Parts: sequence; structure tokens; C-alpha cells
Amino acid sequence: MNKLETEAKGMSTQNYSLFYGGFKALNRISIQIPSNRITAFIGPSGCGKSSFLRSFNRMNDLIPGVTTEGKVCIDGRNVADEDVVQLRKKVGMVFQRPNPFPKSVFENVAYGPKLHGVKNRSDLAVVVEKSLKRAALWNEVKDDLHKSGMSLSGGQQQRLCIARAIAVEPEVILMDEPASALDPVATLKIEELMNELKANYTIAIVTHNMQQAARVSDYTAFMLTDENRAGNLIEFGTTKQIFTTPSDTRTEDYITGRFG
Amino acid sequence: MTREIFNKELREVKDKLFQVTGDVRRNLKLSVRYLEKRDMTGAKMIVESDEIINLKVLEIEDLCLSIIATQQPVASDLRLLFSILQISTEIERIGDYAKGIARISLKIGSESLIRPLIDIPGMEQLAGQMLSDAITAFTEDNAVAAESISRRDARIDAMYNQVHRELLTFVMEKRSNINQTIMLDWVAHNLERVGDRVTNICERIIFTVTGNSVDLN
Repeated sequence: MNKLETEAKGMSTQNYSLFYGGFKALNRISIQIPSNRITAFIGPSGCGKSSFLRSFNRMNDLIPGVTTEGKVCIDGRNVADEDVVQLRKKVGMVFQRPNPFPKSVFENVAYGPKLHGVKNRSDLAVVVEKSLKRAALWNEVKDDLHKSGMSLSGGQQQRLCIARAIAVEPEVILMDEPASALDPVATLKIEELMNELKANYTIAIVTHNMQQAARVSDYTAFMLTDENRAGNLIEFGTTKQIFTTPSDTRTEDYITGRFG
Repeated sequence: MTREIFNKELREVKDKLFQVTGDVRRNLKLSVRYLEKRDMTGAKMIVESDEIINLKVLEIEDLCLSIIATQQPVASDLRLLFSILQISTEIERIGDYAKGIARISLKIGSESLIRPLIDIPGMEQLAGQMLSDAITAFTEDNAVAAESISRRDARIDAMYNQVHRELLTFVMEKRSNINQTIMLDWVAHNLERVGDRVTNICERIIFTVTGNSVDLN
């Protein structure tokens, strides 16, 4: 694959800035996120990691007064020009706290495909099984797909949310601290799952847990606020490079815990 | 957030490395002096004290493992700990060379030396100084000095070749010299290896400071 094709396939931003009213939250961020890899965004609270992540599925559009400059592209197309329903089909998202719908396990996973026109019950059953298998939850729930999604454990609920996200066959999965509310065993399961999912999806994860970023990601981006409190991309590289020989002293100070 | 506990532990492990390097440096110097002076008691002391050096190196390893497990170091901190582990192994091996020289002293026993030790004390002086300077460069994060120190190894190698040739002539002069000649050649060879080990230490210093792995040998 040549460079242009790679760029056309992946996620990227060019001089992207985001404003909450008059406040600039992200400052001219340019990045090319590699496809079928896991990219972790790290940085102190308030540096704009989540805002940046939410730019890819235009979730920031829901906040009044938000404006942007520059471009956010997926597969070479500016997300601002996309139909938002189609965009969110392409870009799934998993949040910090598992948020299953108050419905059965089956209905949680079938919800997206139904919304996008899959009506036939047996087709839906196939999608539900495939998605739950990919989310490594199938074996734990297959005997009772009609129990409430809310009755599962926290880790299972989060995997249910991942199954729900992948049921609509997205290209990208955004994860905003997906394991911060989970115990270490459930966290490990999510991390292993991410590693399996990257064969089929491009994953971007925001995490405060640097060891988690080091464990799961292929690439790491470090963000930091400048003197005007706007989030900047300081350094982006392979996770190995960032965690062994970071180029920027600010990255070094942050990851070694000598920041501030 | 300045990681006081972590910094304290790093200082502690660096201090221990510095201390054990001092012990090894002293043993190396004394091993050649006792050989020269035919001091059996001193040579025995060196053999025995090597056990303490080994224990100190194990203590450093243990401390490094504990820091890695509890503090999860990354970037320059990780490189530093990784290097301390490797440098401590090099120091331990240099300690073994000193012990080896002391053992040769004991083997030669009361026999008088066939000739003065020619360049052997000079080799010890050069190698020992390289070791001291390398550890100073390590504590000062001085990669430039490390590179320059490693170049002195060529001089030690040349001295070893010289000693080796001279020892061969002793055998040619008198066949009964052969035993002691082989033993003295081992002494010189041990000192030549000290230079190589210090060169490895210099490589680790450059890695710690710059993140680049280099081959100086």
C-alpha cells in the first residue's frame, strides 16, 4: 500500500482546532492514525484527549457553541461533510462507564443493525452471535441472550457495549477510558479483546493509565495544554519509542511522572 | 508530582553500584600488588572478599527488580535501571578477574617470579583507571566521556600483545619457565578482559544517556 492509499484509508486530522465558544480547546492538531492498529492518546486531565477523540464521530457537535477549524478525515473524507448517522455507523464508540440499554443482551447488540435496516430475525441472530463472539462475550451469555444487559457484571457490560459497537461493522472504534471503571481481571480481558479487534478495526483509545497505553497500543500520542490551556499534540510515535526514548522532554517528564 | 520515593530508590541503587565498583577496583589493584610482592595472605583475602562482592551485586539486582515491579519506570528511568543491571554484571565479572589473579598468585605459591612483572602492573593501572573513569561518566551521564574512555582499551590490548610476546621469549629461554609463564599470561589476559568489560560499561552509559545501542568493542 503506498503512502497516499494509507492516508486515504486511515483517520487523520490536519491543523484541526476546536473551540468551546471563545475558548480554544485544541490547537492545530495534525496526525495520521495508522489503520488496523491501536493508537493511545495520553496526557494530563484537561489536555483535550477526549475532545479530540470525539471529533472523529462528531460527538462534539452535540455541545452548544462548539466550532472547529481544519479538517478531520476518515478514509480521506472530511467528517464534517458526512451524514452523521452514517458517520457513527463507521465510527463506533465505547465509553468510560459501560452503558448498555435497559434491554436484553440480544436487543442491545441488535439495536444498531436494526436501525440500519436489518429486519429479518435470523439475520439479526447471525449478527448478534458474530458480534458477541468478536467481543469475547458469547460463551458467557449464549445460554440466555434474553436476560437484561444491565444484569451482567461491569466487565461483561463493557464487552456488551463493544459487541454493540461492532455489530454495525464500523471501521473505527473509539474508546474513551474503556477500562477505568473495571477491576484488573476485566481490564485485562478488554485489553486482550482490543488486541484481537485490531485485525479488523482501527482503534483509538484515551487512557489515563500509562501502563495500559504501554501494554495495549502500537502507537502513542502525547497531548499537553499550552500556556493558553489549549490542547496540543506534543509527540506521536510508536509506543516502544515513546516509552523508551521519547524525543520531547515534556513527554519524558510526563511518562516518568516528573511532570509539574 | 516529583516521585520522591522513586528518586530515593534510584539514588540508593546508584550508590550501591558505586560502592561495589570501588570494592572491585581495590581488589584489582591489590591482586596485582600481592602477586608482585608474593603476599599469600593478601591473595587469600581477595579470593574470600569476592564472595561479598557477589552478594552486593545480587543486592543491586534485587533492588532493580523491586523498583521495576513497584515503580514501573519508563523512558530514561527504564534505560537507567536496565543499564545498572548490566553494568553490575560487568563489575561482578571484573571482580572475578581480580579473584582469578589472586588465585594464580596462590598457585605460584612461594616460587619466586621468573622475571619482574614487565607491563602487567601498567595494564592494571590503565584498566583500573578506565573503570573508575567509566563509573564517574556514568554518574555524570556523560556519553562523550564514555566514548573517549572506551578508546583506551586499544592501549591495553597492545600492552597485552607485548606482554604475551615477552612471556613467549621466557619459555624459549628456558623450558622450565613454562608453568609460570602460562599463569602470568592468564594474569595479563584477565587484565585485557577488564578493558573489554569497561568498554561494555561505556556502551551502557551511551545507551542510558542517548537511547542508542552502540558497539565500541
